[in-house]
Amino acid sequence: MTLLVHLAVQIVQMLVVLLAAPLLTGLVRKVKARLLRRRGPPLLQPYRDLVKLVKKETIVAKSASWLFRVIPYLVFAATWVAAALVPTFATGLLFSWSADLIAITALLGSARFFLALAGMDVGTSFGGIGSSREMMFATLAEPAMLMVVFSLALIAGSTQLSTVAAFMLSPAVGVRVSLGLAMIGLVIVALAENARIPVDNPATHLELTMVHEAMVLEYSGRHLAMIELSAQLKLLLYVSLIACIFVPFGLAPTGAAPGALLLGAAAYLAKLAGAGALLALFETSVAKMRVFRVPDFIGVALMLGLLATLLRFVSREM
Amino acid sequence: MNRLAFDIAHLLAGGLVLTSFMLLYQDRLYALLNVFALQALTLALAVGWQAHIQHAPHLYITAAIAVFFKALVIPVALHRMVARLGVHREVETVVSLVPTMLAGIGLVALSMVVMLRVTHGADPLAREDLAFALSVILLGLLMMVTRSNAVSQVVGFMSLENGLILAAAGAKGMPLVVEISVAFSVLIALIVIGIFLFRIRERFDTVDLQALDDFRGERR
Repeated sequence: MTLLVHLAVQIVQMLVVLLAAPLLTGLVRKVKARLLRRRGPPLLQPYRDLVKLVKKETIVAKSASWLFRVIPYLVFAATWVAAALVPTFATGLLFSWSADLIAITALLGSARFFLALAGMDVGTSFGGIGSSREMMFATLAEPAMLMVVFSLALIAGSTQLSTVAAFMLSPAVGVRVSLGLAMIGLVIVALAENARIPVDNPATHLELTMVHEAMVLEYSGRHLAMIELSAQLKLLLYVSLIACIFVPFGLAPTGAAPGALLLGAAAYLAKLAGAGALLALFETSVAKMRVFRVPDFIGVALMLGLLATLLRFVSREM
Repeated sequence: MNRLAFDIAHLLAGGLVLTSFMLLYQDRLYALLNVFALQALTLALAVGWQAHIQHAPHLYITAAIAVFFKALVIPVALHRMVARLGVHREVETVVSLVPTMLAGIGLVALSMVVMLRVTHGADPLAREDLAFALSVILLGLLMMVTRSNAVSQVVGFMSLENGLILAAAGAKGMPLVVEISVAFSVLIALIVIGIFLFRIRERFDTVDLQALDDFRGERR
């Protein structure tokens, strides 16, 4: 019986991330537009876009191999699994024994690898540019992410997200400089990985600057819908990750009553809305960087991660 | 010791190391000077907190000196110097940014390994302060080595001094006379360095110290 309840919670969690992802993207676009004194598209526009793309005819280049057709589904599956492993409204999910931060990083890394392959598969110049830039950023962003994970694991004593969140809720956590550094590092990695503004602008198709868009330029129809949905899922994943690690308030504990679960869901929605508004505010207040400045920017995240790990060694428990 | 007190001391001393890295990261002279003022403020907070938890009121004077001289007088003086020298507002580096940062991380790791081994069994607060102070000193040295512009070398020297003061505040029983004399020696150093800066500029029309190498015929 308890197994059934746990399974139901896990399934609800998977559906919640899938359904909330386009909404978060819509919210960010809406707030950004309002900040620029435009009216902006309606909140539900991303859903309509996805439906429209699925209905459209899919055109594949002649030079594309079977990989090109398979990759959208692979990327989507990897991202969805990773997003479903992050606790959103409740910890101690059924699959949390496997919901290891390193596993999530690996899933995202393989999704990125396949996307870069797809960019080069057709053989157009834009795809190659996008893939090479994406990999250039990834060589710094991925170690930075891992360093942040290591410093968190050193502090909380585990890479399991449920355990980390429980530790962050306990009074043992205190004021720590390592945690602050890790949070800033994780935010920078999230901005870089989601192609947000200082690194990349997902709203333009300007050949000088585009990274992610250049990679997926050849996709159309339902393939493009899959890719867009996985990009939205990735944004939601990073927001939930930051919320679950650094602001875990309201998370329902293992085997909680329905009331606690509802409270957790409400807190989660509030966190999503807050994060979306903050992201939009940040994106309207900074300018896009030159592509060759970006490694310096992501290098800061790597440095912060390293520093957080080092500073942990001289803290209280040394 | 109270855990929260330790955590706040750790936070402030760690913030000092972080501002040292921010100094290494800057590529504009004015931004560099502003970050230097921020570092001095962090130092003052760290020293003030030490005064509070050690019940050592003379450390408050050290904190006040740090705020007045290092966060106000020196940055303003350097701002005016840069304006009068009319030098490039960009920091000229000898080694590029990312290797410098990695070297900085290596230095921090080194200072932690050294200090934690050497001070085994001492008071944890003093141990941690000494480790952070050594890393701030080494980062200041690194900054002096990797910059070719004289103004940013001065900033590196001053941030090195900040590390010394943190170490002095962490070690209990440092007499006030020594701290005041250190503060004044820094001020004298600033004046001497300022005079030298103008002399170098008069002689070579630049404050890039690589011009000195050319002059001595030591061109790399």
